[in-house]
Parts: sequence; structure tokens; C-alpha cells
Amino acid sequence: MKFNIFLISLLIFQLSCNNPQSQQNISPEFEHKGGQEAVQDDESQKDIVKIAVGSANHTTLVAALKAADYVDDISNAGPFTVFAPTNDAFGKLPAGTVENLVKPEQKAALQNILEYHVAVGTYRQDYLTDGQTIGMANGGNITVRLNGDKIIVNDNINVIATIPASNGLIYVVDGVLLPASK
Amino acid sequence: MKSIIFKSIFGVGILFMLIATACKPKGMQTAVQGDAAVKAYVPPGQYDEFYNIVSGGFSGQMSVYGIPSGRLFRVIPVFSVDPEKSWGFSEETKPMLNTSHGFVPWDDLHHIALSTTDGIHDGRWAFGNANNTPRIARIDMTTFRTNEILEIPNSGGNHSSPFITENTEYVVAGTRFSIPMDGKVDVPINSYKENFKGTVSFISVDKNNGTMNIAFQILLPGVNFDLARAGKGKSHGWFFFSCYNSEQANTLLEVNASQKDKDFIMAINWKKAEEYVTAGKAVKKTVRYAHNIYDENSHSATSEIKNEVLVLDPKELPGMVYFMPCPKSPHGCDTDPTGEYIVGSGKLAAVIPVFSFTKILAAIDQKNFDSEYDGIPVLKYDAVLHGEVLKPGLGPLHTEFDDNGFAYTSFFVSSEIVKWKISDLTVVDRVPTYYSIGHLCVPGGPTKKPWGKYVIAYNKITKDRYLPTGPELTQSAQLYSIDGDKMKLLLDFPTIGEPHYAEAIPAELIKPKSVKIFKLEENKHPYATLGEKQAKVERKGNDVHVYMSSIRSHFVPDNIEGIKMGDHVYFHVTNLEQDWDVPHGFAVKGANNAELLIMPGETQTLLWEPNRTGVFPMYCTDFCSALHQEMQGYIRVSPASSNVPLTFSTGAKMPQTEQ
Repeated sequence: MKFNIFLISLLIFQLSCNNPQSQQNISPEFEHKGGQEAVQDDESQKDIVKIAVGSANHTTLVAALKAADYVDDISNAGPFTVFAPTNDAFGKLPAGTVENLVKPEQKAALQNILEYHVAVGTYRQDYLTDGQTIGMANGGNITVRLNGDKIIVNDNINVIATIPASNGLIYVVDGVLLPASK
Repeated sequence: MKSIIFKSIFGVGILFMLIATACKPKGMQTAVQGDAAVKAYVPPGQYDEFYNIVSGGFSGQMSVYGIPSGRLFRVIPVFSVDPEKSWGFSEETKPMLNTSHGFVPWDDLHHIALSTTDGIHDGRWAFGNANNTPRIARIDMTTFRTNEILEIPNSGGNHSSPFITENTEYVVAGTRFSIPMDGKVDVPINSYKENFKGTVSFISVDKNNGTMNIAFQILLPGVNFDLARAGKGKSHGWFFFSCYNSEQANTLLEVNASQKDKDFIMAINWKKAEEYVTAGKAVKKTVRYAHNIYDENSHSATSEIKNEVLVLDPKELPGMVYFMPCPKSPHGCDTDPTGEYIVGSGKLAAVIPVFSFTKILAAIDQKNFDSEYDGIPVLKYDAVLHGEVLKPGLGPLHTEFDDNGFAYTSFFVSSEIVKWKISDLTVVDRVPTYYSIGHLCVPGGPTKKPWGKYVIAYNKITKDRYLPTGPELTQSAQLYSIDGDKMKLLLDFPTIGEPHYAEAIPAELIKPKSVKIFKLEENKHPYATLGEKQAKVERKGNDVHVYMSSIRSHFVPDNIEGIKMGDHVYFHVTNLEQDWDVPHGFAVKGANNAELLIMPGETQTLLWEPNRTGVFPMYCTDFCSALHQEMQGYIRVSPASSNVPLTFSTGAKMPQTEQ
């Protein structure tokens, strides 16, 4: 084994002296590269995260996703249906709620709330039926009601826009979905 | 001599270290902290510690890598034709891909099972499943070749397969798609709930030669069977299968099979099933399936169509099948090394349930049932649960185990491997994968004796991980060390096809048994040419049989005349070499199939049907020797009406006339 270590040492140190660029490439200490959200790709259709990041009405949601370390997850192949509360929707929560939730010690609670906004699967409007329950990523269920063209979630939250994304579907909602406390 | 080299390299290493320290202290620190490259590095000429037998997914093949280096050694053709190795193109191998649907040149190989004795790897065989046209293949680990393929009747897609029992008594095949069966097959698709049924098959494996035989099938409700694991140790005699689509949807499963909060893990008492079979309780059903066997003495395969299978109905035969509720579309269903714990991974679930075999037995004993599902008892969830891993990640798929009481679960959506402790269900570590892991593999992970050391992630998506190659990118594996408290990424390597499940086995269990040559004196091929003097060309009507030999660096015969338009020319090429790693190839211009690649001592046959007159070159395709480029010949094709006599020769100035 020593033999291996010294061969490697030889290689690494030689390169570190002669060619810092290459040294970086073979460095055995891997930098955390970030997940799929870090992939450079301006050609593909935008995924849910990229759409949210580009939306002026969803800065609170994006901040919450970042605080919960969910940016990478929602950049995944999915497919997801994400109920995306607007900044105004977050504004309806009691004062200080959001500020409290993004604190590091509240991460689990924040994750639970955000997961309650995400279903794995593309629940297009034409696949929905009135009164249907949908299992959300946190293990809870939501109920959707259909009223003409309108989708109402958990009785009082309205879908105000539908945005297809490369990895699923965003339903923009005017309220924050609050999971039943367990 | 070796020690001198060692010392000098050691010395040079130190020297470089000193220089490096002097010129770039920061780089030095980075390198010293990380030993990842060292851990994955296998010096040139040295061997890997493990063989990694990896499913090829939609390539239909199996691949063989070394661990920890990630070096690819071989792609074993299994369910898909491979013109490089003439698999499915040579006359000898064509029967291997025969099915009740005729010749099927492609399939989708998802899972590997390495044979075990007493629950521990024995290095004899690897099994693989065909997901599309349901089949199981058995690969001989002395030759790394597919020796047997068995079609599975009453199956709509063999996904839940080819997992094995502790002593390789059985390999199982659970249908992913339930289908209408038993004569009543032409039915409306939306009569699913009424007419569609599932089955799992128990296929016995002969202890001595590995030959497979469908021992019995169990008729089951129409759901989707996904994955499976045998019990082991205390749970030997049982088999566990994950089932989804308990909603029994036949369309838009993305939505319609995700309705219920719980689907099932199915527990089968196969010892009880054996008792029922012995007691004559199984019903003979008429079916149709192919059983294909490759014989390494005749170097040829035979395909037999079989017509009967024994079916057990759990509605009428109690004590054999139970369902356990399992959250949200369970995918992975994995038993720990002790056989006590069964881990279900609901791909849409927020928890990982861990079931206790002891509790399962108790619940059955006390008839602690929740309900019935299509006549089969459903055990109470709480009664059989050891506990749940809470909030482990998003999209749990599969679990492997080490020998220290830890489990490793893959998470597709959150792209990570999560390590957790089986006893108290606590998460102890997590590492990201790049990206979207499917299966994972700890060497020996599904056995009673995990070899540990590494966990390998098999990823579905690579996006920016490698140099791009257009829209279609490689899938990948990632190697992590697990011998410390923290999992640590060591290596990325690309894979063939799309890897699903894989197993890794210590090289020492396979390497000493590896076959080097086939012995010529054991060659029982009916068209073998066991010496150059036996080389000949025979006409039987429009069939022309060329008994050809190859040895460095010529064919006998290498000049053939008298072939006529409309002839079917069979080149039966025997490689007369008895020397390790000296295959010969054979190709002839205009062949509509493939080349031959003939191992030492082997005979293989290529059918050639020329479509024009002329003189056609043929040559050796495998660089066999310094005079490989001289290893060539010609075959002359004349009009059907011609009088050119059938002649053949090598080295003669003039062709000899036929004797």
C-alpha cells in the first residue's frame, strides 16, 4: 500500500509544482460541486427552480427553498407538481412567521412546510378530479376542488397561474399550505 | 529487486514531497488531507479487489468492472445481440435468444443476483432478468458467458427478478405488469380489476450444474410486483416482494397508482408452497415458454419449447401469502444480513418502514389482520413494524447493508445515499450523488456476509459530470468508501447502458476458477475441425459446409471455389489454438450478420448468403499474431448454372478438386 501512496504522492506533488491547473483537476479532495441546480444549461427548458428564481413574485419561496436546502431536490428530474405561494401569500402569514422559519434551528419545520407544497408526479389540471387527494412529499395529503376552470386547494387556497416546467408543473397559489401538525 | 525499486520510489517520493512542500505548501496540504485517489488507485498490472457485476439496463447486457478502480473488463452479452461477439448471430448462439415470440434480439436487463451458499457468495453464477420479454439468464462465472435463458410464462414483464434464496435453491420472477391469463386473454384493457392477474415464479436451480426449471408459480392479485428479496438466516424459507398499484389502475399510473397511502410488501412462505406442491395442490396450466441452454462442450445452444407450469392459488391454499401495508408505492424491498429486518422503500413515502420478521411471524400466529386484499390476509402495519426511519430524504429507492449494522438507502429525488442504523433507525450520515441515484451496491450487501468497504451509486443522470457527447450522455457509477464513520466519494466512472442493480464480489472467489481455454479434445461440436487435415468443404444441396480451422496465422482452407448463387454457406470455424488469450476472428465480405470471435478450442459458425458473383475476401478480425494481417483468404462465387467445381485449399499452388 505504501507503494501506491508514494506513487500517488509523486504524481500529485510533481503536478502541484509544475502545473497548478492540473493539480486542481486530480486533487483527491473534492469540492462540493453543488447538485443539479448548479448545472450550466441555458438551452433546455427551464426547470421549476429556475422559473421560481426568475420570478419577482417568488423571492420569499426561493429564499425558503435555499434555507431548507431544497433547491437541489427540486432541480431533480422529478417530475414534480409544486404549489408555489407568491410573496403576497407568504405575507398573509402572521408577522414574523417567515423570518422565524428560515432560521437554521427551524430547518426541519421549514422543510416540512415546503415538502407539503411538492407532489412527486405531474398533476396536470385535466388529470385532476373534484375532491381528489394528492399525497405530498412530507407524507401529508392535500385536497383539490375544481370549480369550473379554477383549482382550489385545501378549501381556501386558489391556484392563480399554471406554469409548465421541464421537470413538472408549477401551480402558483395565493396562500401558503400549512400541513396538519402531527 | 522489488525491494530496491520500492526503496528508490519511496526515496523519490520523499524527495518530491520535500520539493513540493518547498514550492507549494498549500497544494501539499490539500493532497495530504485527501486519500481518495489513493483508495481508488490500482497500479498498472495489479488487480482490483472486487469484481463488480453490473446490469446494463436497456443495453440488455451485463458488464464487469473492477472495484475500486472502476475499470471495465468485459461486457457479457445476455439478452441483446452483440455482433462483436457474434451473440445471436452465430448459428450456435441464435437459439439462446429464442422465445415463445420467436427470436427476440433485445431486452432490458435490470437486476443481478450472484449465487450464494448458506447466504454467502459462492462465485458460481450470476443471474439477470429480462424485463420486457420475461426471461431469466444464468451466466457461468468461470467463462463469463450466458449459459442458460429461461422464459417466464404468465408474466407481463419480469422486473421483480432474479433474486435468489439463501442456497440458490430458487431464483424468483415476479411480474411487473399484471395481465389477463389462463386462456381468457383477449379482454378490454379497462377490465383490469376483473381479469388481470399477477404471478411470481419460483425457479429451481440445480445444485450441480445450475440448470433452471420453473418449480411453481403463485397466482396473485393484479398489482405491479416491483422488487424482491429472500429471507435469510431466521427468515430463510420466506420471500418478500414489493407491490405497487394496489389501486389496480390500467392507465396514467403516474397519478392513478399514487392514490393510496399504502401499498404492500408481500411475504411468501415458500417452504409452505413447496409442501402444497408436494401434496399435489398445484394446478397444471398450459402455457408456452422457451428454455435455452448453451453447452460448452458442443459449443452450441439448444432451445426447447415447454408447455406446462404448476400454479398455486393462495386463495385456496392458506398460510402461504400475506400482505403487509407499506407506504406509497414501495420500490426496494431489502432484507438485512440477519434476516430479521425487511426494509421497504416507498418511492413517494416520507419515511422508510422497517419490518420485523419476528413480529411478522407473531402477527400471523395471532391472526393480527387488518383486512383482506383479494382474498389474501393483510397484516396490521403496526403489528409487523420494527419502526420507521423518519424524514430520511426524498424518494427512497433501495437499501444495501454493511456488516456493522448499518443500512445505506438511495434517494432518487434528493440525489443522495443516506446511512442509517438498523437498531435505532437513526440517520448517521448522508452524501450527495451526481445525479439522481437509482440502485446502489455494497459488496456482499444483499448476503448474510457483506464484504463492506465501499458503496457504489448507480446514477441515472450525469448532465455536466463528464465531457458532453451530444444529447445522449453516459450513465455513471460513483464509488464511496464506507470504512470510516463518514462516507467519502472516491471515484466517478461511466457505465454501459443504464445500470440498475449490481453486485460486487471478492475477486478471489472468481479469479482462480476462470477458464483460459476450451480443450480441443473436449470439443463435441458436430462441425468441429480438430486438425488442419480435417478441414473440408461439403455441399448438401444448396447448403455448403466449410469445416475451417484457424491457427496463427492462417485459415484452412483459405481458397474456396465452386460456391454458387443461392447457396447457404456455413463457415464452421474451429480455433485450433490451445493458448490463453489467443482468440481468432472471422469475417467475410458482405455478410449480413456479424463476425465470429472464436475462443481457443472453440467452434463457431457464420452463415453467409452471397448476393452476387465474384471473389470475396475473408480475414481474421482479432489481432492474433505478428502475421495477423496475413491471415486471410478468398471465396469465389459463381452463377447458379456454372460448372466451377467445389474446391478448397491452403498453400497449394493450384486448388485441389473435391475428393
